[in-house]
Amino acid sequence: MKAAALALRTLAREWRSGELGVLLLALTVAVAALTGVGFLVGRISAAVALQASSVLAADVRLSSPRPLSDDYFSEATRRGLSTARSTSLLSVVFNGDASQLTNVTAVTAGYPLRGRLLLAAEPFAPGAPAAGIPPPGEVWPASKLLAAVGGGVGSQLSIGAATFRVTRVLISRPDQGGTFAELAPSLIMNAADLPATRLIQPGSRASYAGLFAGQRAAIDEFKAWLSDHKLRGERLRDITDASPQVRNAVDRAGRFLSLASLVSVLLCAIAVAMAARRYVHRHLDTVALLKTLGATRAFTLAVAVLQLLALALVASLLGAVLGFLAQEWLLRTIRGLLAVTELPAPGAAPLARGFMTAIAVLAGFALPPLIQLGRVPALRVLRRDVGPPPPLMLLAFGPAVAVVALLIYWVVRDARLFLYLAVGLAAFVAVLAVAGTGLVLAAGRLRGRVGVAWRFGVANLSRRRVESVVQLVAFGAGIMVLLLLGIIRDDLNSDWKRTLPPDLPNYFFINIPPAERDAFVRFVEQQGARTTRVLPMIRGRLIAIDGRAIDAGRRGGRGEEESFATREQNLTWTTDLGADNRIVAGRWWTQQDSGRPLVSLATEFQEALGVVVGDRLTFDVGGETIEATVASIRKVKWDSFRPNFFIVFAPGVLDRVAGTYMTSAYFRPGTARTLAELAHRFPSVSIFDIEELLDQVRAVLDKAALAVQSVFVFTLFAGLTVLLAAVQSSRDERRYESAMLRTLGASRGTVVQGVLAEFVTLGALSGLIAAAGASLAAYFLTTRWLELRYTFDLTPWAVGVVGGALLVAAGGWLATRSVVNQPPLTTLRA
Amino acid sequence: MSLAIARGESVAVAGPSGAGKSTLLALLAGLDTPTSGSVLLEGTDLTRLDEDGRARLRAQRVGFVFQSFHLIPALTALENVMLPLELAGSSEARRAAAETLSRVGLKDRTNHYPRQLSGGEQQRVALARAFVTRPAVLFADEPTGNLDTVTGARVGELLFELNASAHTTLVLVTHDRELAARCGRTLRMEAGRIV
Repeated sequence: MKAAALALRTLAREWRSGELGVLLLALTVAVAALTGVGFLVGRISAAVALQASSVLAADVRLSSPRPLSDDYFSEATRRGLSTARSTSLLSVVFNGDASQLTNVTAVTAGYPLRGRLLLAAEPFAPGAPAAGIPPPGEVWPASKLLAAVGGGVGSQLSIGAATFRVTRVLISRPDQGGTFAELAPSLIMNAADLPATRLIQPGSRASYAGLFAGQRAAIDEFKAWLSDHKLRGERLRDITDASPQVRNAVDRAGRFLSLASLVSVLLCAIAVAMAARRYVHRHLDTVALLKTLGATRAFTLAVAVLQLLALALVASLLGAVLGFLAQEWLLRTIRGLLAVTELPAPGAAPLARGFMTAIAVLAGFALPPLIQLGRVPALRVLRRDVGPPPPLMLLAFGPAVAVVALLIYWVVRDARLFLYLAVGLAAFVAVLAVAGTGLVLAAGRLRGRVGVAWRFGVANLSRRRVESVVQLVAFGAGIMVLLLLGIIRDDLNSDWKRTLPPDLPNYFFINIPPAERDAFVRFVEQQGARTTRVLPMIRGRLIAIDGRAIDAGRRGGRGEEESFATREQNLTWTTDLGADNRIVAGRWWTQQDSGRPLVSLATEFQEALGVVVGDRLTFDVGGETIEATVASIRKVKWDSFRPNFFIVFAPGVLDRVAGTYMTSAYFRPGTARTLAELAHRFPSVSIFDIEELLDQVRAVLDKAALAVQSVFVFTLFAGLTVLLAAVQSSRDERRYESAMLRTLGASRGTVVQGVLAEFVTLGALSGLIAAAGASLAAYFLTTRWLELRYTFDLTPWAVGVVGGALLVAAGGWLATRSVVNQPPLTTLRA
Repeated sequence: MSLAIARGESVAVAGPSGAGKSTLLALLAGLDTPTSGSVLLEGTDLTRLDEDGRARLRAQRVGFVFQSFHLIPALTALENVMLPLELAGSSEARRAAAETLSRVGLKDRTNHYPRQLSGGEQQRVALARAFVTRPAVLFADEPTGNLDTVTGARVGELLFELNASAHTTLVLVTHDRELAARCGRTLRMEAGRIV
């Protein structure tokens, strides 16, 4: 109790000395980085789950070819869940004499429970969210349907025995299904109107769906109940079935961001260690005095630990608030990336993690020097030169190493990855430290050639070499990652601009009947657009490899990836390889190969199956079995937005199998009418607008880079806390030197110049290291991983050096200005 | 107090601790300003100058030697001696500094850092730094206070030798009677007054 009282009382007084401020700041930045990322990842994961539910238009979807029992809905309502029904069937829709086979979906109020309907006033226009479902007597047809049958808002469409007025155009609905298979255009109507159409007759093929949504726990219970009670033939789906790849990607990105935030935490830990060392140094006398007065070692230690706990608590609160604000800002900025209207509220878990991290950092980096403080002998009150006995190496560095290892493991949770990371991190820091030491030494050599202020500044860097190198590493790492992200993003963008001409295909057309192929191409060309290659498209499924059936436990099967390879695929055949395809194994066919059963696989498909050139693959194509030998493996540049296939056959093998054609083309903006006419002339052709998709991909790239960069801004802040801690620990020396210079006749301006010279040099050197590291890393990343052309650019070097110099100079100046203002008289009095 | 020190004169200031010797030195050198009254250094009223003005005057006219040497630890011996010349804008700093260092017998120690020098050597660097600008006035605050008797005597010797050859006005605060005795005049201070 006495210890607590003393701890709190002295804590308030200690505040003025500065190092507690640095401790608090460092802990706060660490906690902010960690909780910020924690909140961010948590919310994005939840948002992705929501997005996945929007594909189902519900959290749980029960579908059946027969009408669903009312019991399901009353049970769901009883459990506090919201419900809706949707009934879909294929029917021909008429506008006068024009007709089109349509996927008619009749829905009840509340639909969609997740996701949203997008509507517009005319076909192919940008959509806005709908407020509800069509009122009775009205329908919302999709653009393509209206284009096929003519008409627009205000037209009357006949469906079965009833006629409806078109009041809006349906641009998209969440559960429309993104596959090319669902080709018939949609129309949404009110379920109350369905009987009037008389479409549902005994034997008619309709699909019935029950939609359920609500709180997670209630949904889970209801799902369990439903799977017990549902009838055979009724299919239950929930978000765990939807887009596992996306959630894997989010999971991986989350781990990457957590690791990134860990870099900040580690830098902050260095600042904590520096501040703790100075704290101990300044408290040797006090502790010796306390001991003279009868305080035990345990008491002095208790005081120190309690002070640290209080600091950890305050830092966790401040850090959590900062982290929350940062991720809130970031999420608002990148919202479009998530394509969800509402962001789920953040969970509380990151708060606990933040506090635990603060405690761990303090325990690893501040506690050892504090324990050392407790060992100072009382004799020091008489003899100033008596300090604590030297610490055991294990005690001094053991906890820090343990905490770092623990934190890394905590984030990666994978022993092998942990090992790689720990070794990689150590190597990275070592390389930076060696480079930093070299630069500091080199700068020291140059100091004879510069003026007095610069010499003084640079001399300070050399003298406090260890601190200088630590700061170089801290800033170097922070700036480097920011530069690297910038370079990669620019490279990606410029590579896109280079490889993607302005007339990049923006529409895909599939399902072109062979008989209409030439007419279609002619029509597109008449409209001033040019088609890319026109390729046949045939549905088929891989059934055996080297004669062994694929379903019966395949060799080296890799779950998800394998199912990707074995589900129904689109096949094609062609003579030309195309500039966007590159052979990486085997050879492309020649004229002589025509008619031979050869197949070429995209690398993605080949990797998923683990097949090699020469393997025999058996396909089921429309009931016919075709066996082909793998002749080559292709690396496909998918972002060429030209028709491309995983599986390509040599010409003359699939020619006799019935199929359709596909192509892509570029249409200038504002050609909605042309497309409407096209849809009218070729009603069976499905049109896919990829302009929007492209824009989205670009935006996603920019925003993802922004997200990662903002996490690394924390790294810079962490670097600044290291700077502060270093300045703080050299405060007494600086005060003395500044006073000394002024006594010798230096003006205040000269002293300021000296200080600025030191920090400008430090910052510029950090920038230099960062630019070199970032350019090197960017070279390898772009050429090896992204497989793009790397363009050397001086901009990152300029940005790194100038930015680093400005940043560090500003930070250093703020931290030292009170020292510079010290009147010189203190030196004489010292 | 009213005190005038003539050009070329050497004055020792003696007295018990707390008598105000160092305060007097600080006022004379323009490191501090009096609450009332005025201090003229080489005909310039220090109380009319601002902080930077006084710094400029010190750079041009004043040298210092301190009890605890006060060398800049980050700079070598040579760089420490160059410092006041560079602050005064001299282009011959390196040559003059090297020459002065060799005069105080440290020709071989020019590239050493203060921590690599003994106390006596450090004080000799400080003397070189004080005299390298050929100051009109040298203020010395217990220059031998931190040295053992033999080294102190040698440093004292050097101080007066340099002073004599440069015709510098010397104001010396000291407890060392022998050192004080070598000055032309000794002022005794007690409780802030000259007695």
